[in-house]
Amino acid sequence: MHGLPGVDKVGVEARAAALSTRSIKTTSKAAAIDLAIRMVDLTTLEGADTTGKVRALAAKALRPDPADPSCPPVAAVCVYPAMVPAVAEVLRGSGVHLASVATAFPSGQAPLEVKLADTRDAVAAGADEIDMVISRGAFLSGDYRHVYDEIVAVKEACGPAHLKVILETGELGTYDNVRRASWLAMWAGADFIKTSTGKVPVAATLPVTLVMLEAVRDFRAQTGRQVGVKPAGGIRTTKDAIKYLVTVAETAGDDWLSPDWFRFGASSLLNDLLMQRTKLTTGHYAGPDYFTLD
Amino acid sequence: MSERLKVRKTYKLYIGGKFPRSESGRTDLVDGDNVARASRKDARDAVVAARKAQPGWAGATAYNRGQILYRAAEMLEARRAEFKHLGVSGEEVSASTDRLVWYAGWADKLAQVTGNANPVAGPFFNLSAPEPTGVVGVIAPPSLLGLVSVVAPAIVTGNTVVVISTGPQVAITLAETWATSDLPGGVVNILTGDPAEVAPWLASHDDVNALDLTAVADAALAADLEREAAGTLKRVLRPAGAEADFTTDPGLRPMTALLETKTVWHPKGF
Repeated sequence: MHGLPGVDKVGVEARAAALSTRSIKTTSKAAAIDLAIRMVDLTTLEGADTTGKVRALAAKALRPDPADPSCPPVAAVCVYPAMVPAVAEVLRGSGVHLASVATAFPSGQAPLEVKLADTRDAVAAGADEIDMVISRGAFLSGDYRHVYDEIVAVKEACGPAHLKVILETGELGTYDNVRRASWLAMWAGADFIKTSTGKVPVAATLPVTLVMLEAVRDFRAQTGRQVGVKPAGGIRTTKDAIKYLVTVAETAGDDWLSPDWFRFGASSLLNDLLMQRTKLTTGHYAGPDYFTLD
Repeated sequence: MSERLKVRKTYKLYIGGKFPRSESGRTDLVDGDNVARASRKDARDAVVAARKAQPGWAGATAYNRGQILYRAAEMLEARRAEFKHLGVSGEEVSASTDRLVWYAGWADKLAQVTGNANPVAGPFFNLSAPEPTGVVGVIAPPSLLGLVSVVAPAIVTGNTVVVISTGPQVAITLAETWATSDLPGGVVNILTGDPAEVAPWLASHDDVNALDLTAVADAALAADLEREAAGTLKRVLRPAGAEADFTTDPGLRPMTALLETKTVWHPKGF
């Protein structure tokens, strides 16, 4: 892992800042907003989640803006394993994916058997995407083998379900570590690499996502296998989302500009996207009172 | 000794407690001063700031809102010289200060006048209490007294305002008194520029609850704005007309016009 080249911290941050200044307007903006909506993993990961709440969220995922039938559905709904059966009922046959966090989310501090059982239960209950967390403790102490083996084991437990590996970049400390963790997860069989759980103060940032996009680009060049990227946490505005889309296009390329290869883990982002969409279609500013609180 | 360089003042906008330039970068030269000309995006930002400030301001005790308005009067009183320099007479500054004090006094009394314990046939308390309408868009008169007379009654009851002013130097100097009055940022936002350009964006904005057209002189513009406002069922205060006189006793109407009445039933005997 230490054979990977180091990340130029100043360079990557300057590059991300430069990509943030692009002006995306009118029809491009409309297309970007619809694409971003289709990329949202509508997420609720609260201790206070109830089956009623997640059902309502799933209904929103199918039809985000009830006032406008031309508004596309989101990519997936992301919930805790216990909430999977309730969501599966609503989403069945809709094409909207059902993601479940697993493996002792968000800390990942549990024995491997517990993590595997967690994963199998979620898949059996109907989840077709699994968001796992890596053991940051093991990663940071240099025990890469342990992290690798865990991902391989969880991938096997997933069966047909897609595996997203959460690196929790806010706890990894450096861009070098982010790059190493990305490669480690991809070699171990991840279908997606995801920035954060949203449960630590530092969540997704544009430079971190840029480093991960470089990793998936280089990984495909080397192995021929394409891996997706999912920034999660802290992306709340349409402006932010569009900055990410620009970064995807400029870093990994257009192949990643699809819900199959790029996702936003978010909850409040969707309402802002819908408000901006309404502004573009109606010509006047939209207000939050006209959209559901999740 | 060389002559001292002149310190020229730029009059910027007042949004969310700060004094930013217009995002459009535009300025107008008004009586030799550079003043910002607001764009629709400044209006959008101002509405966001006003909406953010509204629950906290409405949730502050009426007594506290009164104190802050009185503090605003103190600050205004202390700026006499600056307003005189802008051509505002001493009498007008006095009248504006007095108006602020007058409204400050109403903060914790209005509920007694407009609220009621209603008699009902049944074992219930039935109470009506006034509540603020929310975010109010105001097209304000250019004069100091006019501006104070439309903004103070709106905010004293817990509304927050986005003001479009055609008297930029006076409006922004007044904003400087508010910025130092413990008035939370975002309760009053002032945009300077052309109402015909910016006001339609406030009128059609889904997140603005009321529109005060007091100072709109152009009847066609007023009609357009009212039509736009109807799209989201905004409360609209019609233009006051050319003979609007802010020196007379305003009465309660400017305050009650921007209030809703909430009535609650509460069972007796618990």
